[in-house]
Amino acid sequence: MTTETTSEVLRQHAEDAFAEELAALARHDDRVRPERWRLSPWAVATYLLGGELADGTVITPKYIGPRRVIEVAVTTLATDRALLLLGVPGTAKTWVSEHLAAAISGDSTLLVQGTAGTPEEAVRYGWNYAQLLAHGPSEDALVPSPLMRAMRDGQIARVEELTRIPADVQDSLITILSEKTLPVPELGSEVQAVRGFNVIATANDRDRGVNELSSALRRRFNTVVLPLPATLEEEVEIVTRRVGQLGRSLDLPELPGGAEEIRRVVTVFRELRAGLTADGRTKVKTPSGTLSTAEAISVVTNGLALATHFGDGVLRAGDVADGIVGAVVRDPVADRQVWREYVEGVVRDRDGWKDFYRAAREVSA
Amino acid sequence: MTAAQVTLLGVRHHGPGSARAVAAALAALQPDVVLVEGPPEADELTALAAEKDMVPPVALLAHVSDDPARAAFWPFAEFSPEWVALRHAAAAGVPVRFIDLPAGQSLALGRRGAESDADPDAESDAESDAESDPGSETGSDSGATFGADGASEEQEEGSGVPGGTSGPAPAPVDPIAELAAAAGHPDPEAWWEDVIEHRAPGDDPLAPFAALAEAMAVLREHHPVERRDEIREAAMRQQIRAARRAGHRTIAVVCGAWHVPALAVMPTVAHDRALLAELPKKLRTELTWVPWTHRRLSQHTGYGAGIDSPGWYHHLYTTPEQPIARWMTKVAELLRAEDHPVSSAHVIEAIRLADALAVMRGRPLPGLTETLDAVRAVMCDGSDIALALVHERLVVGDALGEVPDGAPAVPLQRDLTRLQRALRLKPEATSRELVLDLRKDLDAERSRLLHRLRLLGLHWGRPVRDSVQSTGTFRETWRLEWEPEYSVRLVEAGQWGTTVLGAATGKAVSDAATAELTALTELAEHCLLAALPDALPEVMRRLADRAALDTDAGHLATALPALVRTLRYGDVRATDTSALTAVAVGLAERLCVALPAACTGLDADGASARRTEIDAVHQAIALLADTAIGERWAGTLAALAAREPHGGPATGVPGLLRGRAVRLLLDDGRIDTAEAGRRLGLVLSIASGPLDAAGWVEGLVSGGGAMLLHDPALLGLLDTWLCGVPAETFTDLLPILRRTFSSLETGVRHTIGSRVAAGPLNTSVLEKGPDAELDAERADATTPVLALLLGVRRPVIPRQSDRRAG
Repeated sequence: MTTETTSEVLRQHAEDAFAEELAALARHDDRVRPERWRLSPWAVATYLLGGELADGTVITPKYIGPRRVIEVAVTTLATDRALLLLGVPGTAKTWVSEHLAAAISGDSTLLVQGTAGTPEEAVRYGWNYAQLLAHGPSEDALVPSPLMRAMRDGQIARVEELTRIPADVQDSLITILSEKTLPVPELGSEVQAVRGFNVIATANDRDRGVNELSSALRRRFNTVVLPLPATLEEEVEIVTRRVGQLGRSLDLPELPGGAEEIRRVVTVFRELRAGLTADGRTKVKTPSGTLSTAEAISVVTNGLALATHFGDGVLRAGDVADGIVGAVVRDPVADRQVWREYVEGVVRDRDGWKDFYRAAREVSA
Repeated sequence: MTAAQVTLLGVRHHGPGSARAVAAALAALQPDVVLVEGPPEADELTALAAEKDMVPPVALLAHVSDDPARAAFWPFAEFSPEWVALRHAAAAGVPVRFIDLPAGQSLALGRRGAESDADPDAESDAESDAESDPGSETGSDSGATFGADGASEEQEEGSGVPGGTSGPAPAPVDPIAELAAAAGHPDPEAWWEDVIEHRAPGDDPLAPFAALAEAMAVLREHHPVERRDEIREAAMRQQIRAARRAGHRTIAVVCGAWHVPALAVMPTVAHDRALLAELPKKLRTELTWVPWTHRRLSQHTGYGAGIDSPGWYHHLYTTPEQPIARWMTKVAELLRAEDHPVSSAHVIEAIRLADALAVMRGRPLPGLTETLDAVRAVMCDGSDIALALVHERLVVGDALGEVPDGAPAVPLQRDLTRLQRALRLKPEATSRELVLDLRKDLDAERSRLLHRLRLLGLHWGRPVRDSVQSTGTFRETWRLEWEPEYSVRLVEAGQWGTTVLGAATGKAVSDAATAELTALTELAEHCLLAALPDALPEVMRRLADRAALDTDAGHLATALPALVRTLRYGDVRATDTSALTAVAVGLAERLCVALPAACTGLDADGASARRTEIDAVHQAIALLADTAIGERWAGTLAALAAREPHGGPATGVPGLLRGRAVRLLLDDGRIDTAEAGRRLGLVLSIASGPLDAAGWVEGLVSGGGAMLLHDPALLGLLDTWLCGVPAETFTDLLPILRRTFSSLETGVRHTIGSRVAAGPLNTSVLEKGPDAELDAERADATTPVLALLLGVRRPVIPRQSDRRAG
């Protein structure tokens, strides 16, 4: 695979996109590395959190958030416990897991995408039926799952959306995680995991009810909860950046008034999510929706589209108000009351928010 | 004769590593006197420290004899090096002397200007004498600087309750942070843990002290020493000299590491005398031991010592063997008791993760941060909620100290005795009645004292219904009865403060943290009655928070009238009630939003309960006299009245409430009788259910039915409807109708009866009109009297003369 071809792809794997940083880290890394790890745990944490190396190479931060979260995650992978990343949608779970795998194993592609229809073959192994019929059960007829390959090679395997996988398929993970072996009864053999193997699973903690992990499986994981952005500035920055990227791909022009409305949307989201106004003085009720950063991004993008195609080319309060109400009011009775209290109690008296107050009243009337 | 050997043991106050080092050093030295940093007045109390009934955490409490609000605490935990020194001396039978400034002088000096509540880390660190120094003094006089005489730091009474903070002051030198920075470590706390607390004791028990003293000496070269510290060190040197003079040969001094270099070199006696001459006159103080708690140790403000993790330190000190493993087992036990499934496998994994984390972070041993990170990831499923429990119960801990009976009386008791004398209220076991006129100063003070004591759980006085009049707000009647157990309660209440005012404030603030909405409004009322201005803002803040989160409109509806009542009391007692008004208005606003939804789908009982609430809220909002809220409330009532059920009774507001809303609007003159009549007509029309209609009528008519007499059209509508109700439905309606009409005044009932009996009602009465012309002169003659009764300056003739007051 040459550099030319990889740059053609829409999105590069983490290990390719940041190959130089990984190489630089590996050069400078003189700490103890667990077996088959490309980097030491310390270097992996630096790769994710960013920093500057002795020779001046700047490592860009991949994850903006508490240091503790990444340290615990990396350390977990260095023990023989699997790592479960929990968080509401839009908290960079998949992103973190991809980069962890890239930094530790140099390969982030050993991936099982969890869906309601994930079969057991995706977790264990399948068969090449032509081979099976022609030659009977043999190693050649076996189609290994990403997990099986990771066990053989001592690498990090990733399981996305673990809680969406049906319970019976989830259970087949238990043996892999506790015994570190995958029996193949058809061949009378087994695949034993070699050192360096571990699993990173991600799950959305709003979806707990879908396929709740059994406590037996849960016990095999150390859980790390990825928090929502800690500060207003941080979140505004994330939203602004993502909205810019999305806007370009949708061919939306950059509109005046954007920065102000983004700040406002993020403020509303943060206040309702936290149940506390930004100045810390007043408590407000929390609606049932997630109000994640990802939703804030979509509200702003929607507003941009509205302003471009139907508005006067300036992003105004009215353009985002609709989207905000849509995101907040998920339950038509309880959430509507929460929203009205918020509008009357908080928005009404806030300086410079008159336009938004009017727009919000208009929409929710 | 050889010179006495003085060994200086510089410690970090409340550092378990220091405590262990001190124990080892004292065991090796076998000194014949132990000198400890602390107020010398407490020397005679050290014997109590050896008693079996003395269980740390405890604190030495010093207070100015005639002003218990000016007090200072020196807390000791089991892991405090000073406590270890006290216990060692007691066990070895050698004398202990406290060598700091006398409490009488340090209290007169006032709070150290450089110690700031705004910088808690500094307080908890190494030298930082905040822990065992008048830094924990109750006053919050940030303005008082060194050298100020005693008078300039007049302290606000009770301002030292937990939570009372002082203004920002410049941060003192934090020697630990300096050392950590020099070692290239960003977190001083973790650095100190690594190099001192987690070190296994070496062969030479004195070596760590020498190393620490050296480091402090270098630090002191680069940082100016505060004047106050210089004076204190002069006092300590004088005490060391005194110990030598007394003929002691081996002297051990346990003091903050910061002071060690200053005590190592002895300047001339004259130099120290000159320094001490600057001190203000000594105040008369009294000292005693009081029980303390780990929680109190962990507070950064008020009486706290600013130790973030007393429970963890206690564990480290008491468990030298395998502290992490035992700690994790404790955590597992706690979580299991709270129904979290935690197995031994979890414990093992948590220990492994903590160890691995420590390696990754380059620490020699897992510290509290690592263990908590591991507990969160392994045992708590990543949740901070379960971890909060661990923090609350183990990291801070519930430990409560005990003090032997022999300890001198607590200042709260003295304060009460003083107040009882000043207010001429003798505690008597026999019951007697006391009538207070709150317009008199003495009586008002008495009332406040009784209310404050009630807050503290001392029901010496119980309010009783007045025999003369029941609605007056400036009269209070109490039944006084002193029970012996109140003395015990008083000792318990001592944890809240040193004065009755301070303790009541502290108790109210603490109660507010856990109280429910209704209890909070009562508490606010109590705070006003007891005149606790410092507690009120906190209670109000809690109240606003609870109100914001409470989803039950019923709670809001019960809370609002109580709050408005409190406002009226506040007016009578000339308290500043602007904050209270703001909360009440906020509450009313929320209620206006929440009420319509809360009135749908109610059964008969629910509706009648809600009706009572709506009536009370209506009155309360009228009392609030806030036009904006009045309008909003009227809007809410109108919305209520309009919410008719569509598909079955559960889909709208019950008739009873809709009728009531119309009635309240009518009373306020927001709709006229014609409109009310129109609505009655609509409800009574054939399309609506008869039960709903009957409820509507009940809501409209109950509590004053004279309007049926004054507007015969209404009565006519009612009559026509009633006559049209089918016989079988009529039986169902009968109870409601009976209830409705039995609630009317007897006279009105009779008149209605006679009118109906007189024949068709629809038009005839209207045409008849009044018998005679209105005699304007005679009518006018009544207005001055009416105006006087109603308390209005200009006579306003009510729109409907039949309306009942309120």
